[in-house]
Amino acid sequence: MSDTLPKNNIFKVIGASSLGTLIEWYDFYIFGSLAVIIGHQLFPEDAGASALINTLAIFAAGFIVRPFGALVFGRLGDLIGRKYTFLLTLVLMGGSTFFIGLIPSYKSIGYAAPILVLILRLIQGLALGGEYGGAATYVAEHAPKDKRGFFTSWIQTTATLGLFLSLGIIVITKNILGAETFGDWGWRIPFLLSIVLVVVSIYIRMKMHESPMFSKLKAEGNISKNPLKESFNNKANFKMVLLALFGATMGQGVIWYTGQFYAQSFLENTCRLDFNDSRYILLWGIAFATPFFVVFGAWSDKVGRKWIMLSGMLLGILFYRPIYQMFLDDTDYTKIEQTDILSASPAPVTSVLIANSTDSLRTVSTKIMLKNGASFNKVQTDTVSATKGILLGKEVIKDKVLPTPIFWKFVGLIFFQILLVTMVYGPIAAFLVELFPTKIRYTSMSLPYHIGNGVFGGLVPFIATLIASFSGSTPLSGLWYPIGIAALSLVIGTIYLSNKRDENIND
Amino acid sequence: MNTLKKFLGLVWMVLGPLTMTFLFIQAIDKVGLTHSDIERTNTILQWAIILFIFLPISLGLMIFGFYAWKGEYDRLPESSEEL
Repeated sequence: MSDTLPKNNIFKVIGASSLGTLIEWYDFYIFGSLAVIIGHQLFPEDAGASALINTLAIFAAGFIVRPFGALVFGRLGDLIGRKYTFLLTLVLMGGSTFFIGLIPSYKSIGYAAPILVLILRLIQGLALGGEYGGAATYVAEHAPKDKRGFFTSWIQTTATLGLFLSLGIIVITKNILGAETFGDWGWRIPFLLSIVLVVVSIYIRMKMHESPMFSKLKAEGNISKNPLKESFNNKANFKMVLLALFGATMGQGVIWYTGQFYAQSFLENTCRLDFNDSRYILLWGIAFATPFFVVFGAWSDKVGRKWIMLSGMLLGILFYRPIYQMFLDDTDYTKIEQTDILSASPAPVTSVLIANSTDSLRTVSTKIMLKNGASFNKVQTDTVSATKGILLGKEVIKDKVLPTPIFWKFVGLIFFQILLVTMVYGPIAAFLVELFPTKIRYTSMSLPYHIGNGVFGGLVPFIATLIASFSGSTPLSGLWYPIGIAALSLVIGTIYLSNKRDENIND
Repeated sequence: MNTLKKFLGLVWMVLGPLTMTFLFIQAIDKVGLTHSDIERTNTILQWAIILFIFLPISLGLMIFGFYAWKGEYDRLPESSEEL
């Protein structure tokens, strides 16, 4: 049935599915990209670092509920159909993103602000848990059997493009409004903009038809009566769910989130790069690497899915530590010579009273420009005490702008990491679709996908940062988490997975 | 290859409880190291999330190992009709 679908129709199916999925990823990622600013809005002004940690916990909550969304909406998709289910997930995602943009700050409604945002973030996570499996299944069930990897790889580009779009809109909005206005109310614009994108996508999706395979099952009265029970109570199927998780999606998830998210977090927080520089590096890396999702998806139709995905994991295991060591070495400005400095411009000294105390904090900041085009801010915050005198603080080098050759070297290193993402992620939709039968496909493939990506992958920045904060650890210690998980998945995948493609998914 | 799959099944079965134990020890250790109340609350929250998420997954790894040990993965289904 799917083999006879005209070529222009399959591209309509891909376009309509991909646009909606891209918007869902966009909605999901803007929250993480704006975590620092949102933290200031949702929590008391004196909350300090705990505001960011709590905001990141709200961000992480969205990842953690993704597998539950996979179960709820996967079940619905196997019962009432793919089309209406992922139409519903799109409405929920777009609506909750829009409302996050409208939530008053802590100053206006107190702790109701973070509670409301948490609820909306949970809805976002549930919706995303339901969306991806539906879109991948829908496209795969329309695709010819020898091009399933190629066609589903278009869906795979959407997650990265969603991140690209979110970073792009945030950078553009911030540059237009200025940092102060953006921090005040401008951060709401990327959230509110979502409603326009969602309305367009709903209009397009409303015109889509139900998957031909699901329609056939429904016409024959063969749809599953209880997809959850059939997926997880049936040992033959459940063991494939476990194999998909431990042999593929777990490793794929950590490779993905290390390359795209931990890399950005590392550049910004550990290497202390300038806000725009760290985002521009990622934007270039994504732009150059994204076409490779389709390249590896199409290649997997010829050579099988297994070895492409596992090669991506192996390369990550081998090269993560050397890559991140280069990030550290090239941003180490502590050893610069006096002769390297072009100019040093001290900013006016600022002084802020500490609440409930007579002491104050004095900040001395100097902008240093180097002859090679690099620049950075040297900041020292001292405590001025009426009784103890001046307690000197530690000097911090931040807002580093890289010289052009190093900037492009970093783009190359990020490109390489995202290339690994395209290897593990490009073929995986076709791989998962082929693993499970039509009547429980939506439910069965969504769960390992969202545990692998939402839990193992989504928690990479959180867990890696946590490990790096342990006493005795180095800035690279956090990488042992993705390296360890990818290594375990590589061993299980190599030994237990088959490279054979199931050509007939019409069952 | 099937012998290797079975032997490694034992490894996965052992790895599950080892991971659980490691996570519990780490959680107790790291919460105990905290000094201020706010820091303690945040650390408990962080480790509660980690334990809540990874304990069921460790159990899943044990079940995976058990299936491997029983030879369930010796021959994978070649079509979803076999599921």
